Amino acid sequence: MAKEYETVIGLEVHVELATKTKIFCGCSTAFGGAPNTHTCPVCTGMPGSLPVLNKQVVEYAIAVGLATNCSITQYCKFDRKNYFYPDNPQNYQISQLYLPICRNGGVEIETEEGKKQVGIHEIHMEEDAGKLIHDEWEDCSLVDYNRSGVPLIEIVSEPDMRSAEEVIAYLEKLRLIIQYLGASDCKLQEGSMRADVNLSVREKGAKEFGTRTEMKNLNSFKAIARAIEGERTRQIELLEEGKPVIQETRRWDDSKEYSYAMRSKEDAQDYRYFPDPDLVPVQISDEWLAEIRERQPEFRTEKMKRYKEEYGIPEYDIEIITNSKHLADLFEATVAICRQPKKVSNWLMVETMRLLKERDMEPEDIRFSPENLAKLIALTDSRAINSTVAKEVFEVMFDKDMDPEAYVEEKGLKTVNDEGALRKTVEEIVAANPQSVEDYHNGKQKAIGFLVGQTMKAMQGKADPAAVNKLLKEMLEG
Amino acid sequence: MANMISDETIDYVGILAKLDLSGEQKEQAKKDMGRMLDYIDKLNELDTEGVEPMSHVFPVSNVFREDVVTNGDDRANTIQNAPKEKDGMFMVPRTVE
Amino acid sequence: MDILKLTAVELAARIKAKEVTVLEAVEAVLGQIEKKEEELHCYVTVDREGAIKRAGEVQKAIDEGALTGPLAGVPVAVKDNMCTKDMLTTCSSKILNNFIPTFSAEAVIRLEEAGAVILGKTNMDEFAMGSTTETSAYGVTKNPWNIEHVPGGSSGGSAAAVVAEECFFALGSDTGGSIRQPASFCGVVGMKPTYGTVSRYGLIAYGSSLDQIGPLTKDVTDCAAILEVISSHDTKDSTSVERQDTDFTKALVDDVAGMKIGIPRDYFSSGIEPEVKEAVLAAANLLKEKGAIVEEFDLSLVEYAIPAYYTIAAAEASSNLERFDGVKYGYRTKESEGLHDMYKKTRSEGFGEEVKRRIMLGSFVLSSGYYDAYYLKALKVKALIKKAFDEAFEKYDVILGPVAPTTAPKLGSSLSDPIKMYLGDIYTISVNLAGLPGISIPCGMDKAGLPIGLQLIGNSFQEKKLIQTAYAYEQARGAFVKKEGN
Repeated sequence: MAKEYETVIGLEVHVELATKTKIFCGCSTAFGGAPNTHTCPVCTGMPGSLPVLNKQVVEYAIAVGLATNCSITQYCKFDRKNYFYPDNPQNYQISQLYLPICRNGGVEIETEEGKKQVGIHEIHMEEDAGKLIHDEWEDCSLVDYNRSGVPLIEIVSEPDMRSAEEVIAYLEKLRLIIQYLGASDCKLQEGSMRADVNLSVREKGAKEFGTRTEMKNLNSFKAIARAIEGERTRQIELLEEGKPVIQETRRWDDSKEYSYAMRSKEDAQDYRYFPDPDLVPVQISDEWLAEIRERQPEFRTEKMKRYKEEYGIPEYDIEIITNSKHLADLFEATVAICRQPKKVSNWLMVETMRLLKERDMEPEDIRFSPENLAKLIALTDSRAINSTVAKEVFEVMFDKDMDPEAYVEEKGLKTVNDEGALRKTVEEIVAANPQSVEDYHNGKQKAIGFLVGQTMKAMQGKADPAAVNKLLKEMLEG
Repeated sequence: MANMISDETIDYVGILAKLDLSGEQKEQAKKDMGRMLDYIDKLNELDTEGVEPMSHVFPVSNVFREDVVTNGDDRANTIQNAPKEKDGMFMVPRTVE
Repeated sequence: MDILKLTAVELAARIKAKEVTVLEAVEAVLGQIEKKEEELHCYVTVDREGAIKRAGEVQKAIDEGALTGPLAGVPVAVKDNMCTKDMLTTCSSKILNNFIPTFSAEAVIRLEEAGAVILGKTNMDEFAMGSTTETSAYGVTKNPWNIEHVPGGSSGGSAAAVVAEECFFALGSDTGGSIRQPASFCGVVGMKPTYGTVSRYGLIAYGSSLDQIGPLTKDVTDCAAILEVISSHDTKDSTSVERQDTDFTKALVDDVAGMKIGIPRDYFSSGIEPEVKEAVLAAANLLKEKGAIVEEFDLSLVEYAIPAYYTIAAAEASSNLERFDGVKYGYRTKESEGLHDMYKKTRSEGFGEEVKRRIMLGSFVLSSGYYDAYYLKALKVKALIKKAFDEAFEKYDVILGPVAPTTAPKLGSSLSDPIKMYLGDIYTISVNLAGLPGISIPCGMDKAGLPIGLQLIGNSFQEKKLIQTAYAYEQARGAFVKKEGN
């Protein structure tokens, strides 16, 4: 009988914090600047420059630690991690090894077998590296330090996960918590959330862990799932062949679905950590902790409970809406204006979801404002536009976030509420379609639908279909 | 000399420190480092049980910046001293094969 | 009047009184540089045009009443490990042979704001690693008292420039004695302030937890005046300390009555030259005669300071100097095969022997498996040394001793035996480990006519006591002048 194997997975998740400035200097963290335009002597390692810690980084790290049930290290320090690489201008990265800011936490994830706890070993603060661009023409690499010094937290889990599904559930959970805190937008594709996967396999029931490898370069949930499957298979094959798994860092190539060892004889993996003498310790008083705790936002579980009590919308809707901080914020802000939770939820659940899917977007990418959604709802409530027009207007609003009132006015989309004009059109349609009228009188109820459609068409969609229906019935019955 | 530094150790330190030593320099470096370590071993005469390692002499803590952008586009200065530069970036030998 | 004989404070007073113009002072000192540099080589860079241009600007500001401080118009030399905007800054290393900083060190900015005129950059031991200024990639500096001898180091160029009247004062940096020891060897006043008193922003780091900038001057009055100008609470340096008592010139009081001075017996036990011992003890007697209470005591742990220091400084240096890799600034090797070869060749060609020696030692003591045994152990010993000083300062206001066990050695006699050279730092190093202020003032000469330095050590933030004691001693001692042709 073939041996059964168990996969053991731990994650190192790097999250770029949503600060305005870098961790040790006053340079902007904004994306998209021309190379090296967001740099200064500090984040480019100029001789004589010195780091000064951004307080907001500490506050975000503490907030994430509290939200993931960690104990906060009230006396913590920064250490230097020494290694040579051009994206690292000082050739050491300022990080935390000996006294990381958060330790011993964990989050609960939902798995097919039910709820499960994933432990968090530690969370530490550190600086991001710059970007290397490979220049094929010159056969060299070019270094851009715009990202150098952007603040990161690294969340190190315990090796508590056993499958790709659990890993993704854990990442989703972290992402949601951090988004709720506003500490990061956590976009895998853009690199504001990155996961390194530590994976080993062992025979089912074994007590000892197998030798693990670390996989880097995973920038989507799909890539993570594939990498886990690929690496699990690779390790099992080695073991089956009686070969050892080597502890090493591997780079996942998602297009080839295979990982490659990132080994080099010039790479000693001996980081010579020591306390950074240029930075002083961070002391987190009970008062400071209490202040941050006080400011913690309402998290998903509490929000779901409140939505149920306060808004009475379906549980499925609550599930979807609270699964994105941005969606939940949009929902609440719109309800605050129009006081119609069910209608707001409908717009988000149906049309918004449809368009997100069509345009391959995340809820975080939604740009329309709660004010405009509320206006659109008001327009339909007052029957100023009918639901078909409303959907068309919404689509434009989804893309451009314009004022729907002005738009409807400008494009002349308002429902014609003039009884006379409507009656005149209906009369014309009835006169022009004797066959349908006869069908209706012969008991074919469906024929009225055709006449409504023709009327709407003649009115260029600007009629209230209910009113048309009513009028037609009156006319045909009468 | 109590501390004998092996070729492997000197080569390893060379990798860590990114220094290339010729044969002769290597022998000298082994000797120098061995002697220094013998000398440093003198510290073992002291009982430091229970002593807290002192990184900073003064108990200063919590020196922070506020999260406010203070720097503008400083690219011209950043790359001013670059030994090799292209398109406002530092040029280095290829980092991946 | 010979302008060159004036102290910095005297010169500024003459300029203020319109007896001397800034340009006259600058030209006098440039003339002296012209005359002496070939022989002494105190400078790596002299910025003649810049200094002359600046003289005009400063004169204008003085005339307009915008500059009134005690250093306005005074020409100064800056050690070449402090960044000076648009002026070559090499750390006396080949690896920075073309480095033009885009900003100035905070201490340099302070001097400029006070109206000082920067003449150029002084020679030093490469990256401040050395005690003789012989490890410079740009040639040795010679001791103006006797050119067969070293000026000390690492701030040897700064000390020599002051005594050779190639500047009116200079800035140096002190990681293990690098201001006080060359001051002692060159017969000038040199002070290392309490750690955190002068901003390290723009000082190219050697041992970050130990480095401090300080003045090298002709007398104690200049020393106090300059320290007052360069000390600041700098928000760009996280280790900069906010302190109110930086009006150091207020301490220039000729009174040591009741001052409690302790002399560590351990400083005189072995290795010290008899002439040095005599001169230092004579200085102590002079202070006693002026009313100070002088007694001997056991400081303890003196011999452990050097191994602890070299472990910590080498570890920090190995990391601080990683940034010199040929990517962003400075020297890059001409030919290389791939990234790591470029790193290795650049660094092997760019750094000198002593720097490589310390980088390798530092990398080793931090490496996996040795961190606890070496680095952490040294940090624990540092804590013990600090404690020993804390206890001493419960009893004494000031600790008095020699700066170095010998006077300036002959050129070429030190580098062959690094450990012997390191032993020369025995009296200065523990002051850096404990973050304390220390001052060196000339207290005599040996038979060969080389100066001997007296060191006064104060408790943290007690520079004023040091200045007061040093000033009182200086008044009692009288002029300490190097005679021409000596």
